[in-house]
Amino acid sequence: MDLTLSLPELEAMSFRVREHIIRMSTDGGCFTGASLSCADLIVYLYKHYLNVSPDRFDDPTRDYCFLSKGHDVPALYGTFVEFGWLDKSRLDNHLKPNDSIYWHPNRNIPGVEFYSGSLGHLLSVAMGVAYDCKLRGMNNKIVVIVGDGELNEGSIWEGLLVSNAYKLDNLVVVVDRNHFQANIRTEELIPLESIEDKFRAFGWEAVSVDGHDFTKLHETFSNVKTHSGKPQVVIASTQRGKGLPSIAERADRWFCNFSAEEVDSLLKELHGAAETNLTSEVLIVR
Amino acid sequence: MNYENLMEQLIAEDDRIIVMTAENRAAIRGLPAKVGKKFIDTGITEQTMVGMATGLAIRGRKPIIHALACFLTMRAYEFIRTDVGISGSPVKLVGGVAGFLSDANGPTHQAIEDVAIMRGIPPMGVFCPSDEQEMLKGLPSVIASEQPFYIRYNNLPAAVERPNHTFEIGKAEVFGAKTASVTLLTYGFLLTHVLKAQQILEANGIATRVVNMRTLKPIDTEEILHSVKTSDLVVTIEDHFLVGGLYSIVAETLLTNGVTGKVKPIALENKWFKPALLKYVLEHEGYTGEQLATRVTNFLHQ
Repeated sequence: MDLTLSLPELEAMSFRVREHIIRMSTDGGCFTGASLSCADLIVYLYKHYLNVSPDRFDDPTRDYCFLSKGHDVPALYGTFVEFGWLDKSRLDNHLKPNDSIYWHPNRNIPGVEFYSGSLGHLLSVAMGVAYDCKLRGMNNKIVVIVGDGELNEGSIWEGLLVSNAYKLDNLVVVVDRNHFQANIRTEELIPLESIEDKFRAFGWEAVSVDGHDFTKLHETFSNVKTHSGKPQVVIASTQRGKGLPSIAERADRWFCNFSAEEVDSLLKELHGAAETNLTSEVLIVR
Repeated sequence: MNYENLMEQLIAEDDRIIVMTAENRAAIRGLPAKVGKKFIDTGITEQTMVGMATGLAIRGRKPIIHALACFLTMRAYEFIRTDVGISGSPVKLVGGVAGFLSDANGPTHQAIEDVAIMRGIPPMGVFCPSDEQEMLKGLPSVIASEQPFYIRYNNLPAAVERPNHTFEIGKAEVFGAKTASVTLLTYGFLLTHVLKAQQILEANGIATRVVNMRTLKPIDTEEILHSVKTSDLVVTIEDHFLVGGLYSIVAETLLTNGVTGKVKPIALENKWFKPALLKYVLEHEGYTGEQLATRVTNFLHQ
């Protein structure tokens, strides 16, 4: 694993991942805002934290990364393209029946750990993997990316209790704390603060970090003490729609289906041009 | 050999087996001391247990998981359908006190839609043993299978002596002649009472055969078609809602094969059963051998 942090490389990579996400946000669209919030996180984790690649999927000692917050899968596919694990042309198959690139993750795409989309599932699935890795005396890490809205689900809190009971200290939960439920701010609907205290009260080691700052992400994850007796959580503070001021933190831009012209304009916006004047229909999914 | 011994033996023989429970240890109380970390009690967390079992299956394990049938199949339904079902993981779900076996617990504990909802999940098999003997006979093949399976746990004494007991997934067990004017189709612990009804009917001069379905999915299609084609009356007898259980399976089988006949159900029609000790439940709901014989005779005259 490469431990030297190359900031320009990481930034260029996450920039291209954002481009992929924007290009997938048309012809049926995708969960653009939620994908943009965790793009930096996913790029960082795969580049510097996780010891995994699709050609090592059968290796029982590899790391695992479960995307429990499944609707952000464009960020994952964009990252896979950048790593050369997924052919870029397949992103053009988005939502078409000749491929399996749809709104939620599935195991037909090499590198995807498991099906997700129903929130609150993959913590427990990851716990099963974590239990087995410990049973076999392996030192690998099992990462689960959850959304902050996803923390509403009762199954998450069951999982936190049971992970503590079984000392699953090879488990690392990463919260994409973008401060939004589907269409409402988390603190307005179901307040979560203090997330750190809640996790700690459940027996977890908790730390918070700016989820868009690669240097701080690196510092934080380098200090995550897996295999030290306690399950670990990193609460990554992020911004929904990060990179596109025209949709950032807009409650009505969770799922986006832009016109071709808007996509062009948003790509320019990503490169620093003025905010796009969005006229495409706003979709309220929930 | 009892259920716990079987679990211990399976764990000893197959490194893939892990036994789990959501704090329902009735059938496996002595197991933790014997198998160590191959036993996991997740506490009262049916969803987490099912999710974890799926994760263990991802790692190549074959988890056998336990909870009361109603909470296992319904509290955790979406986890079973989504995690176990979509991935087709070989998780074996063992539900306790299903059907009438929840006796006096009340409707919260009555799993009488479990067969309907479990068989609706594409890769899921359903095994409803008639007694402990059949459960222990059938479990090794059910667990050896690479598909997920739902098992209606049943440790009641043997319904009948079986000198040459064999078991095959998808193959029913027949009591009586090859053909008879009445065929009774059933599953689970009711077999004991259905066999009693058979004796009474036979004593009354009504030739009767009994078919113990054993697995409801896969179902023994051939046996169902044979029963309907050769009997004047077929009756399905189950401690399950009328919707989605054996009567529905028979109806689907007949329509699919373009066969029809006189088929009547004995099931719980749009109601939960009266909570009481099992012997009283049977009487109250009309499922004793005598009552079943009378109900079948009434169907004959309809």
